Amino acid sequence: MSVLVYTESDKGILKKAALEAASYGKAIADAMGTSLIAITFKVSDASKLGNYGVDKVLNIESIDEFNAFIYADAIKQAVEKENSTLIVLSSSADSKYIAPLLAIGLNAGYVPNVVETPSNLNPFTVKRTAFTNKAYCNTEILTAVKIVGVSNNSFGLIENTGAAQIEAFSPILAESSTSVTSVDKANDKVTIADAEVVVSAGRGLKGPENWKMIEELADVLGAATACSKPVSDLGWRPHSEHVGQTGKPVATNLYIAIGISGAIQHLAGINASKVKVVINTDAEAPFFKAADYGIVGDAFEVVPKLIEKLKAFKAENA
Amino acid sequence: MKILVCISHVPDTTSKINFSDSGSKFDSNGVQYVINPNDEFGLTRAMWFKEKQNASIDVISVGGSETETTLRKALAIGADTAIRVNASTPDGLSVAKHLADVAKKGSYDLIITGRESIDYNGGMVPGMLAAILNANFVTNCISLEIEGTIATAVREIDGGKETLSTLLPLVIGAQKGLVEESDLRIPNMRGIMMARKKPLTVVNPESNNSATKSVSFEKPASRGDVKLVKADNIDELINLLHNEAKVI
Ligand SMILES: Cc1cc2nc3c(=O)[nH]c(=O)nc-3n(C[C@H](O)[C@H](O)[C@H](O)COP(=O)(O)OP(=O)(O)OC[C@H]3O[C@@H](n4cnc5c(N)ncnc54)[C@H](O)[C@@H]3O)c2cc1C
Ligand SMILES: Nc1ncnc2c1ncn2[C@@H]1O[C@H](COP(=O)(O)O)[C@@H](O)[C@H]1O
Repeated sequence: MSVLVYTESDKGILKKAALEAASYGKAIADAMGTSLIAITFKVSDASKLGNYGVDKVLNIESIDEFNAFIYADAIKQAVEKENSTLIVLSSSADSKYIAPLLAIGLNAGYVPNVVETPSNLNPFTVKRTAFTNKAYCNTEILTAVKIVGVSNNSFGLIENTGAAQIEAFSPILAESSTSVTSVDKANDKVTIADAEVVVSAGRGLKGPENWKMIEELADVLGAATACSKPVSDLGWRPHSEHVGQTGKPVATNLYIAIGISGAIQHLAGINASKVKVVINTDAEAPFFKAADYGIVGDAFEVVPKLIEKLKAFKAENA
Repeated sequence: MKILVCISHVPDTTSKINFSDSGSKFDSNGVQYVINPNDEFGLTRAMWFKEKQNASIDVISVGGSETETTLRKALAIGADTAIRVNASTPDGLSVAKHLADVAKKGSYDLIITGRESIDYNGGMVPGMLAAILNANFVTNCISLEIEGTIATAVREIDGGKETLSTLLPLVIGAQKGLVEESDLRIPNMRGIMMARKKPLTVVNPESNNSATKSVSFEKPASRGDVKLVKADNIDELINLLHNEAKVI
């Protein structure tokens, strides 16, 4: 028996979501009285995993590019080698791509979007979001081998003092008829999926030329930028920034909504965020009912002031 | 080219979600149902394959007779035939198995699903279906072109996109970008009339597998009232975010 966590990386460096998945895996491994093993692909900072409770890292050197089938196959072989009964992944795009394939490969029950450690180990019961964050569902996994996808930013990072033993792992892999021909990725920008803070703006901003201050605010906060659906439909911002029920989900620590009314479809996608701040001229905007903090005011006055004050705050607290 | 489009019948995006029987069942009272938005993008892309590359389109849904209105809508938009697997859907695995049973018999070149549904939104049916069928699979798909048996697909990844080359048979998870909102089709009168005559076959389930069980539902705890800060008192907001919320 063991718990296995898939810890993903970007250019050889572990992602924060991976460390969170490891922290989560450690909590369950402790409850189960077993060890935590991580599987990584060509990671250069694997030893860091020890600080999050990982006992052993299986590092695969032989795979270059991401391929969901090959990754799922490699993870499956690690599960079999380590006799793992529980596999933990994050909720990144890649993890959500791999997990269903792995579930079929292992005959395992899979629950995505999990927000807490199991309320019960037998029957194994976890709480997940459903209905695009409008509700939670307590779900039992009925199979012997189980897969859990942890919702980003739901558990947090928990440090441990430990050392992980690093082992090279070389699974036997089949060819895949799917291959990546090109990748187009902005390297300098924080992504919505990885961000701890998201600054989002809506139609209240009047036009794409006014996004400079949104980007500047995001910059000061080390945040990702996002937008409401009409804003991306109008072509003011790229589709990849559209958040909400039909766009990207947001589960950050802080979500700042500027000139967004707070329609039910928008809120459904961002509700999983912990703290919500809204800036809107209309005190009756529905967003105020869903927010923790609010300013009734004009974005064009409030945002520049906020940027200035935050810069001063950051300088003081640096 | 034979295409199967998997359609999930889901509560309209404006629906307020409620549960009955002390949180054990979804309360469908007063809820309007629609084609899952991601499936609608997929269906529209399928229509382009039909119009430009002579594809045929079957649509399928797993569920009770109530899903037939949604299937008829897909027929009115332009699908050729519809299939309903008359089964309950305890989890994503059970749905994937039912879909796979039908897909195997139909030898489809392309199976289009949505990236995720907006009800149970696990995003797990597409990948499970592909894995059961041993087909290639691209999810978060924002572009797809097919030439012979070779497919070129673009997948949205965290922070960018990735172009993939793959082979049919292929399963994709569709999302906005595969077609745009303005490309979506509203069924017209003629389409609705024709849909009535198109075949809608009901098949019985062949398997009965599930791996997880929804025990109970709950709604997020209602939050306290918003704390309002005056527009000329930004320092107070920063103070609250730093000392109270501890997020900056
Ligand atoms: C099927 C379907 C799916 C949908 N999915 C999504 C989704 O995933 N995500 C999403 O976001 N929406 C979605 N929508 C759209 C949603 O219903 C709303 O129309 C949309 O969220 C509104 O965007 P908005 O708040 O930017 O614009 P508006 O509703 O126009 O609101 C603009 C706000 O800006 C405020 N404002 C104006 N001037 C200023 C100023 N100077 N300073 C500050 N505030 C100002 C106004 O008071 C207003 O509240 C969906 C709709 C449908 C039908
Ligand atoms: N009951 C169903 N019948 C047909 N297709 C479904 C059903 N449930 C899910 N799907 C398909 O699988 C996709 C992802 O659903 P899910 O895994 O529930 O997020 C949907 O967009 C549909 O294309």
